[in-house]
Amino acid sequence: MLPGNARALHPGAWWVWALALAVAAGRTTNPLLLALVIAVAGFVVVNRRGDAPWALAFRGYALVAGVIVVSRVLFRILIGGEDGGHVLFTLPTIPLPAAAAGIELLGPTSAEELLGGFYDGLRLATIVLCVGAANALANPKRLLKAVPGALAEVSTAVTVALSVAPQLVESVQRVRRARRLRAARGRGLSFVKGVFVPVLADALDRSLLLAAAMDSRGYGRRGYLTPRVRVLIAACVLAGLFGVAVGVYGVLDGSSSWLGVPMLVAGLVVASAGFVLGGRRIQRSTYRPDPWRLPETLVVLCGVASAGLLLACPPAQLVTSVSPPSWPTLPLLPALAVLIAVLPAWLAPRPRPVAEVAR
Amino acid sequence: MIEFSQVTVTYDGASAPVLRGVDLVVGEGELCLVAGRTGVGKSTFLGAINGLVPHFTGGTLAGRVLVDGLDTATHPPRELASVVGVVGQDPLAGFVTDTVEEELAYAMEQLAVAPDVMRKRVEETLDLLGIAELRDRPLRTLSGGQQQRVAIGSVLTAHPRVLVLDEPTSALDPTAAEEVLAAITRLVHDLGTTVVVAEHRMERVAQYADLLLYLPGDGSVRSGPPAEVFADADVAPPIVELGRFAGWSPLPLSVRDARRRAGPLRERLSSVTRPPAAGVPPEEDVLTARGVQVRYGGVVAVRGVDLRLGRGEVVALMGRNGSGKSSLLWALQGSGPPSGGTVDVLGADPAAVRPRVARSRVGLVPQTPSDLLYLDSVAAECRQADTESGAAVGTAGALLDRLVPGVSPDANPRDLSEGQRLALVLAVQLTAAPPVVLLDEPTRGLDYPAKRHFASVLASLASSGVAVLLATHDVEFVAVVAHRVVVLAEGEVVADGPTADVVVSSPAFAPQVAKVLAPQEWLTVAEVEQALK
Repeated sequence: MLPGNARALHPGAWWVWALALAVAAGRTTNPLLLALVIAVAGFVVVNRRGDAPWALAFRGYALVAGVIVVSRVLFRILIGGEDGGHVLFTLPTIPLPAAAAGIELLGPTSAEELLGGFYDGLRLATIVLCVGAANALANPKRLLKAVPGALAEVSTAVTVALSVAPQLVESVQRVRRARRLRAARGRGLSFVKGVFVPVLADALDRSLLLAAAMDSRGYGRRGYLTPRVRVLIAACVLAGLFGVAVGVYGVLDGSSSWLGVPMLVAGLVVASAGFVLGGRRIQRSTYRPDPWRLPETLVVLCGVASAGLLLACPPAQLVTSVSPPSWPTLPLLPALAVLIAVLPAWLAPRPRPVAEVAR
Repeated sequence: MIEFSQVTVTYDGASAPVLRGVDLVVGEGELCLVAGRTGVGKSTFLGAINGLVPHFTGGTLAGRVLVDGLDTATHPPRELASVVGVVGQDPLAGFVTDTVEEELAYAMEQLAVAPDVMRKRVEETLDLLGIAELRDRPLRTLSGGQQQRVAIGSVLTAHPRVLVLDEPTSALDPTAAEEVLAAITRLVHDLGTTVVVAEHRMERVAQYADLLLYLPGDGSVRSGPPAEVFADADVAPPIVELGRFAGWSPLPLSVRDARRRAGPLRERLSSVTRPPAAGVPPEEDVLTARGVQVRYGGVVAVRGVDLRLGRGEVVALMGRNGSGKSSLLWALQGSGPPSGGTVDVLGADPAAVRPRVARSRVGLVPQTPSDLLYLDSVAAECRQADTESGAAVGTAGALLDRLVPGVSPDANPRDLSEGQRLALVLAVQLTAAPPVVLLDEPTRGLDYPAKRHFASVLASLASSGVAVLLATHDVEFVAVVAHRVVVLAEGEVVADGPTADVVVSSPAFAPQVAKVLAPQEWLTVAEVEQALK
């Protein structure tokens, strides 16, 4: 890719790619495959993220992912109980009142339990990292531009939050510096009060100012709707999104048939009806919209192909047996499927560095 | 263009309406200045023009506001976006996007302007405001004046007939303020835009105003030609006060008008000698700084500044935005980032001692004084200040009472007026009895009477032996309080001398009275009055 062609990829493309990768990760507990997914996501992020503030978000997600894995394992140790596996070590059991019969705190911990916790945690962590990759690669504000008009109020809140969050960091620094002027040493509650009261007051003021500014610049402008129509739109959107959520759960879960595809389709239809109904009244246009060109299509295809191939693989290849514990193997076809998703590291254009923009 | 008929605004839970029975008309293409003390309802008035009051703020509005024939009762702010453009006090707080170009396009996107028209209008606006070279810059990296111009541009692209500006130049240095004002007057004269401006620093705007809306504080609004309304307003720029003193009628609003009248006054003044400058060389230095350096990453904000402050001296630190004034203050207090050089306050370096000790050597009031306040009542803040400084119980309260009498101890610090809050923070810092006090932009948001009062506070502090250093853009305030002026540029001291010597010769920093009476070196109306008594 020539440097002259540097541009930001359409944020929607990155999100589709990342979500497809997350769906793929959700279907497997094979730690080698999950590690491969993490490696793929990380590689693409490192290669194609810009140097804007949101691009640094990936580190935060990595931290959250680590916490998820560790806490999953710790919980298994805490409320594991006896399951007849290979006991690795035994901790003294904490007796619980009769009301909580059947739950045992600490006690013997088996290798199966630990492995199960680790695989579970790793799967969730991988999904979180995929979302993190999307956040690091796509400008969240540009994505909001593509949000349907019917969700105007929601995206106002998100825009305000996105703008105020970095300012919050700044005002924490400012207030902490100011505290030294009063020689405030307080820890605990007085520290919390001393820093958070001014910072929160500041954040609230700023949010209100921004919302007022957006309002006076025509944001969410629409003709007048009767209350009945407004309720109808809200009901459609909410019911539809609920249906989509349940449907996605059904599809990912893979065990219940009626929850899956039918629910997803029904939800999508109802939600789109709401969007169309609500969006018809809002008229917006986009200044220099992000173009959707060949690279966008290719990135989306990579993600979808990867997820599709993985879903098509026989489930036996995707599950690593916990009991009895066995060494995970790397099945060929699923591994290739995941590797398809790494292609965007070359297919997507390089983003423009901010340093160049600033000049 | 703007028509208020019998407008009364009452906020929920308030005992009295903010605006009461306001009737006025602002014609097309007029530049209209809104004046009045803090808290008389200027922001409410501005908000009522585009319907933010009451649609966004709550409260009830009785009567009718018509803008370009549209009633704000039936048109919420977003529907009026193509008619009224509003720019708030802090432009950064109102930015929605990340870069200049996107920000300019934002309002048009909401109005569904066709893409090719948008491209054209963005280019035109970039040129109109002289910000074409900034088009790809992230908004956060712009200077204050540039941000203000981008904010104006971002509402102009919607081609509004009315532009409402709240304190557009308060945070700016004199030169940046001129840039913004030049842009505004160009809009009025070239495009016939109606502009409504509220501004505490009226000396900057008054001369361009066609109409003055004066809010005396009882809920009414008086409107008329500035020269007439200023005759008995309690807020007025120095040039108007000089005109009132000299009995000129109509009152002059620009330096040019005043100079043409000032011949006889200059003649009378040439026979009296100017009272000796207040800045008698102090006998003892309380603060000596040598080679102070501050750097953030690779950027050097302050490079090798030498500075001394004498006992009982008031020194003003001036310079354009970003010239290193704040950084220098923080470095002198010892709380700033690691820096080079030495600071000596009565034998100790504030950076080398514990915060509690540093505080008793140098007190600093930062640019946002409210950062220091976190308790829920004035009395609690004062008590906390007493414990922090190990002072006798009631010290802070007594200090506050001396600075501004009559602040209710039960009031929440966030509900105080700007002036009262500043005084509270100053009292908190003075409780530790530091021999040096540093103030960062203290007059931001203060009206003329509040500034006069604050000037007398500083004078009495100085006469009790405290050395005061204030960083400010407010040339009129400097003319009143400062014995000495230090000018910073690019982190270096470029001028340091008695106020009269430094400011009179500078076109940007000279106060209005000095400009009118040049070549004689008079700085304030009070000086002139005293000399002729």
